[in-house]
Amino acid sequence: MTTSLFSFRRARAILAKEFIQLRRDTVTLRMIVMIPIMQLLLFGYALNTDPKHLPTAVISQDSSPIARAFVAGLKNTDYFSIDHEPRSEAEATEMLQRGDVLFVVSIPPNFERDLLRGEKPKLLIEADASDPVATSGALSAANGMMDRVLKEELKGTLAPLRPAKPPVELRLHRAYNPEGFTRYNIVPGLIAIILTMTGIMMTALAITRERERGTMENLLAMPVRPLEVMVGKITPYVVIGFVQAAIIVAVAWALFQVPVVGSLWLLAATLIIFITCNMAIGFTLSAAAENQTQAIQMSMMVTLPSIMLSGFLFPFRGMPEWAQVIGNIMPATHFINISRGILLKGSGMAEIWPHVWPLLVFMAAITLIAMKRYRRTLD
Amino acid sequence: MMTAAPDNVIDVRGLTKSFGGRKVVDSFDVQVPRGRIYGFLGPNGSGKTTTLRMICGLLTPDAGEGTCLGFDIVEEAAEVKRRIGYMTQKFSFWEDLSIRENLEFVADLYGLDRRKERVDTALQNLNLVDRQKQLAGQLSGGWKQRLALAACILHEPELLLLDEPTAGVDPKARREFWDEIHRLAAEGLTVLVSTHYMDEAERCHAIIYMSYGRLVTQGTVKDVIRGAGLSTWVVRGQNLMPLARELEAEKAVKTVAPFGDNLHVSGTDKQALEAALKPYFNREGLSWHEAEPSFEDIFIRYMADAQDNFKGAENGNEGDAA
Ligand SMILES: Nc1ncnc2c1ncn2[C@@H]1O[C@H](COP(=O)(O)OP(=O)(O)O)[C@@H](O)[C@H]1O
Ligand SMILES: [Mg+2]
Repeated sequence: MTTSLFSFRRARAILAKEFIQLRRDTVTLRMIVMIPIMQLLLFGYALNTDPKHLPTAVISQDSSPIARAFVAGLKNTDYFSIDHEPRSEAEATEMLQRGDVLFVVSIPPNFERDLLRGEKPKLLIEADASDPVATSGALSAANGMMDRVLKEELKGTLAPLRPAKPPVELRLHRAYNPEGFTRYNIVPGLIAIILTMTGIMMTALAITRERERGTMENLLAMPVRPLEVMVGKITPYVVIGFVQAAIIVAVAWALFQVPVVGSLWLLAATLIIFITCNMAIGFTLSAAAENQTQAIQMSMMVTLPSIMLSGFLFPFRGMPEWAQVIGNIMPATHFINISRGILLKGSGMAEIWPHVWPLLVFMAAITLIAMKRYRRTLD
Repeated sequence: MMTAAPDNVIDVRGLTKSFGGRKVVDSFDVQVPRGRIYGFLGPNGSGKTTTLRMICGLLTPDAGEGTCLGFDIVEEAAEVKRRIGYMTQKFSFWEDLSIRENLEFVADLYGLDRRKERVDTALQNLNLVDRQKQLAGQLSGGWKQRLALAACILHEPELLLLDEPTAGVDPKARREFWDEIHRLAAEGLTVLVSTHYMDEAERCHAIIYMSYGRLVTQGTVKDVIRGAGLSTWVVRGQNLMPLARELEAEKAVKTVAPFGDNLHVSGTDKQALEAALKPYFNREGLSWHEAEPSFEDIFIRYMADAQDNFKGAENGNEGDAA
């Protein structure tokens, strides 16, 4: 008659208890719903501005009508205000660096000739993408402008040059932010950040609260195993994580027209792994925290680097090497890539796998640590 | 599994535990036979809670060993936990769960069959059927104790460890609590209960007295009184407080304790005490007689000793100078 290694009944009992306690804790319940909405509105509206008439420099090395039509077309989008005409590329780059202009448009020599010969001349737009909010709208407008101008200019005898493939290659060069940060990117990132923030803290509190209230002594005096406690305590918060993720995706889709391109099922599957990682971190922290204040402080210590170094706020590849190394250890970094891939680019398992396996490894390791650190006694 | 019931339900030796370099429990031995109620006494901070926690596997002893219900208290803590009921000093059930939910939770953790039946019975015994949906946190102190006891015996343990179960509970509830303890002991349950109340100590089959982490004395109340080697004089009269202060200054007098309109004056050396008190015998308005020391006198004396130890530890020479 030995105590079985894992009892579903005991795990379920802990789980039911957590749910009941949560249901009666209206403050926490409200936070669970409000935090994602507030954050999303904050980030969403802060980034949702759509500025127009941005300073632009044009270097035109071709004075043909088509080239002029392009420049006029840019102006007509209302996004570009062409107020600088540098004489050299070096001067243009300098303007971009100084921030005098946000765009440099370069029209190569013999643009019209190459176009008519079907040689696909390159129209280069360099953008100061370190301010993605400002530039992303303008860049998409430039794209649309191309088609319109070509349709209008290539008429009559030139009509055959108007094939399915555009005869001009529009090259967008995002200086200082090669990944092209847009407000869309914020939303998938926000899922990772909010789940990290609330997940770690709530789990850490779930254990330290028992210690602080003295109920831990009672729990430890009864025949329940660490894994049962962990499963029972974590499961409710996995559910909460899902609710929060659903809120974020739904609100982002409804208010900010953020696309949902990929499979939500795949997102859900990876979400489970990611949430479990955070819960296990919280569980591990709770072993070290004596009271709820300490638990909150420790959670912040883990959450802050996740916000700063995961590629949520700053472009990941723009960070120094050491920061990237730290960032790569954190689950948030990988999940941001996964959720961006699935939501914005429609990535499948094959594409996100490079970020899924580190999550799995992390989950296994941190769960083991959490179990080891769980105190079976009051020592 | 062992089936032969060991003679001693608790049998531990040399238990030692330090916190931050300070020995809180020091080479403590205790044996409690089956079906007995043992009272666990000692001043605050003497290490009672720590000892109980070591016995039920909640703390790992630094040294010492022993068995509880035949299971090793360190190696087989899981087996011990399933068979004992431990009632913590501070109410430690879930205040944001209802009375019924608490009992159901406990039943699940112990893997009990007939959960509904057991919980219903417990609620009936508690007289809490009508209030079963009330949150445990809303109960008054006395009801909390009763709920805690009911939850601790739900899985029919063989041993109960109770840590000051009646602190802050009114006399009637205290009485009922003890009636229940005796009823359970009659059914074969063994009980180790820590307390500060003399009347409760006298309701135990035997007591264990602890001070500064060490065992001071143990045995039946009679044995303990006899073993203490205390002589007591009772003095009756008016305006006793100034007298008490005078008597306390006498070297042979160990304790002076007021009991209603008289004082109990005790000492360990019978002759010396009598010699010291002689000058007071003729004082006007006082009537003196020698008495059997009560259990409380003994207890007060041990408490006084403990305080002396404490002073002695702080400034070593004071005792000699006096
Ligand atoms: N977890 C702990 N950490 C540090 N000191 C402790 C701890 N538990 C108890 N103590 C100290 O050990 C001593 C004995 O405490 P305790 O066993 O609770 O005594 P009692 O129950 O007899 O009042 C006290 O001085 C207390 O402050
Ligand atoms: Mg105590």
